Amino acid sequence: MAGPSPWATHLSHAGPCSLAALRTAWLRYPNLLRRYLFSTDHKVIGLQYAFTSLFFLLVGFSLAVLIRWQQAYAGQPLPLLTLLVGEVNAPGGIMLPEFYNQLGAMHGTIMVFLGVVPLAVGAFGNYLVPLQIGAPDMAFPRLNLASYWFYAAGGVVMLASFFVPGGAAMSGWTSYPPLADFAPQGQTWWLAGMLLLVLSSLLGAVNFITTIVQLRAPGMTWFRLPFFVWTQLITSFLLLLAFPALQAAAILQGMDRLAGTSFFLPSGLMVGGQAVDVAGGGSALLWQHLFWFLAHPEVYVLVLPAMGIVAEIIANNSRKPVFGYRLMVYSIFVLGFLSFTVWAHHMYLTGMGTTISAIFQATTMIISIPSVIVLSALVLSLHGGSIRFNTPMLFALAFLPMFGIGGLTGLPLGLAATDIPLHDTNYVVGHFHYLVAPGTIFALFAGIYHWFPKITGRMMNETLGRLHFAGSLVTMNLIFFPMLMQGMAGVNRRLWDGGAIYQHAEPVLYLNVPMAHAAFGLALVQVFFIVNLFMSLKGGRRVTANPWEATTLEWAAPTPPRAHGNFDELPRVYRGPYEYSVPGMDVDFLPQHVPDAKAGA
Amino acid sequence: MIEWLGMPVGASAHAVEVDRLMALVHWLMLVMFVGWSTYFTYVLVRFRRGRNPRASYHGVRSRWSTWAEAGVLVSEVVLLVFFAIPFWSRQVDALPAEQGSTVVRVVAEQFAWNVHYPGPDGVFGRTSSDLVSADNPLGLDRRDPAGRDDLTLVNELNLPVGRPAIIWLSTKDVIHSFALPQMRVKQDAIPGVLQPVWFTPSETGQWEIVCAQLCGLAHFRMRGIYRIQTPDEFQAWLAEEAKYLPAY
Ligand code: HEM
Ligand SMILES: [Cu+2]
Ligand SMILES: [Cu+2]
Repeated sequence: MAGPSPWATHLSHAGPCSLAALRTAWLRYPNLLRRYLFSTDHKVIGLQYAFTSLFFLLVGFSLAVLIRWQQAYAGQPLPLLTLLVGEVNAPGGIMLPEFYNQLGAMHGTIMVFLGVVPLAVGAFGNYLVPLQIGAPDMAFPRLNLASYWFYAAGGVVMLASFFVPGGAAMSGWTSYPPLADFAPQGQTWWLAGMLLLVLSSLLGAVNFITTIVQLRAPGMTWFRLPFFVWTQLITSFLLLLAFPALQAAAILQGMDRLAGTSFFLPSGLMVGGQAVDVAGGGSALLWQHLFWFLAHPEVYVLVLPAMGIVAEIIANNSRKPVFGYRLMVYSIFVLGFLSFTVWAHHMYLTGMGTTISAIFQATTMIISIPSVIVLSALVLSLHGGSIRFNTPMLFALAFLPMFGIGGLTGLPLGLAATDIPLHDTNYVVGHFHYLVAPGTIFALFAGIYHWFPKITGRMMNETLGRLHFAGSLVTMNLIFFPMLMQGMAGVNRRLWDGGAIYQHAEPVLYLNVPMAHAAFGLALVQVFFIVNLFMSLKGGRRVTANPWEATTLEWAAPTPPRAHGNFDELPRVYRGPYEYSVPGMDVDFLPQHVPDAKAGA
Repeated sequence: MIEWLGMPVGASAHAVEVDRLMALVHWLMLVMFVGWSTYFTYVLVRFRRGRNPRASYHGVRSRWSTWAEAGVLVSEVVLLVFFAIPFWSRQVDALPAEQGSTVVRVVAEQFAWNVHYPGPDGVFGRTSSDLVSADNPLGLDRRDPAGRDDLTLVNELNLPVGRPAIIWLSTKDVIHSFALPQMRVKQDAIPGVLQPVWFTPSETGQWEIVCAQLCGLAHFRMRGIYRIQTPDEFQAWLAEEAKYLPAY
């Protein structure tokens, strides 16, 4: 496994002339390229994923700031905007609806598929899973490398689509046909980008599953796995089983657009008064079933790794075992399983009968129970602890109530009757953002602050970290709570003017302005994080291999862990993952790899 | 509770039920959030390092959390079985008889709501896509005897109060969603599907028809007007509109 990557070498020899530049670079800087671009070491790939996905989070977030600004100041010229996005998209500083719709669709797509999932799974999963199970690498290092490059290619395709005639995809991240079937070229690019991203995720998923099943260190039994590893395992199964549905759907939509089929187009369509010349006979709802069959499990892909990260950090900083470890594991099994049975709760208003709607309402209520159990277990874990409030812990703690609001606001959306007034309003946008923004994103920040010292051997700055935390917590709530209020008043989502033409929006319309400013504020406080990240790489306080006095195996590896192989000597595991404050010991932590209690003391 | 939620005024018979369920769910959410946050805050203060330098390996041992979770489950089952499911089968799934109801067709298109009344004979005239033109967006065949007395309007829907209204919803092009916020009505219009939606207006007033599903560039202004009138006003309005029908 060690040594140069045969796959990359092969590329350099057999590559066509378009790779000439790469080839020259390869010959000149073979080591650098092999070490940083085409490495098969899971840690390097994890970091590639981390930097790429952080970049995309920034891009996706910038689009969101533009959306918020537009909703607050629709139709008011902002000359800077023309400079930023060009005369085509914002002539005279006024954003065109064409561009606004691209922003919405691409913000959603980028955040979900290029930002959060690659960071949570590609970066955290890749870096930590082999370390936490005591493996030298992933089971298929070259598959891992391929998975990253398919992801990067998907990202390039998505970004490039902004520059094709007609611009990027503009039919929402959900891409419902017929609208998406008729959209400009950018939609085809979106479909192509999705195919690459799906491929990347599938390769990643088989790799994670095999790694976790096969490469656990001696003594690492199933119930000694850190909770984070469990979440990655379930996540991989979700990706593996759900993504093919979207893969198929994307191919069908591509054929509708390019090959004249009409999988999603019924007969007799008329657009702009003209009959559409297609065979017809298709079903627009078929797409929604296929899409949500992926996209609901995908929601759990967005939250499970976050729960895993939070569990690790809470156990470590409360200095005690998590509450109900086995119960939590069983709960996420149930969660994963049930996540395949709730997809049609996104479709209550498509004309569902009582039986079907009752089934999906029931599954939706049932799935809330394991989520409540995991969240409660995390809170109960704090009881009796000796809590350290450092930056990672602050983010992890804030995750709990924020995720709680996200989960609770799901209840009225899950009951079909109350979904009638709320469906497709800003209430929905507020609901899922509480889960993924101050929810998952906070967990991801927590993870970065927590594992940074393992990766670099240096601490991130606490003061900057706390400023970043406080600023983000306040601004996130200022952005997303008013959305719940607007949605309750009936303001719809995806509106170019933020609802200004509707009378019923009038009482809550003023909220668009503070939301826009808060979004801008959220952007500003991220400067603390970016500065901190780069400053600490070079100037952070140096630390030893286990600065948080943690118990799981990644902290048993040298800092940074060895390239290709991780550990000086492969560890053996003697106990569960969270043996903190074991009675009768002087030291309050007992690592998994330490042979007996005495040695830990 | 329902006042502070800030929903639009509810002006249909079933709005009361939807709003009651909305209030109940939000009470449940509030109780859970407050109870849970209080405990969370207590734990953070009580078990901070300064106050509790040595953690307890065992942590909580009492089983009250199981009871709390059981409570959540029971509340959800109650909401589902006694409110949400019966509501759906009574209100959404079942249609009232056409006699005694006001029956209207609404055909969505980018970016307008075409409204079609059957006229005094109660029968909708034949429509055909071949006849669609700028001034006949529905493609109504005026030569069909049933179609002579039909009224067609754009972005304007009038209904009498106190009588069930059945709306047969369809779309010509992409998916739209027909929403009347004050009626607590929202129904997707899906190409190739003819979907009924019904409600009984209980208050008079004038409000807006909203398109709730992204349907293209002008989605944000796909707006219509709807009026709930007294039966007399409604009859008078029908008679007035009939005067402008083309003569055949
Ligand atoms: C952190 C700051 C974020 C802000 C300020 C933000 C803001 C917004 C706004 C303003 C919208 C448009 C709502 C509308 O169309 O009316 C939106 C839509 C959306 N956001 Fe975010 N968002 C953020 C983070 C995220 C994250 C982390 C994710 C996913 C993991 C995400 C996923 C989505 C999705 C899927 C949509 C729907 C797009 C569509 O309409 O098709 N957002 N967001
Ligand atoms: Cu529409
Ligand atoms: Cu629309």
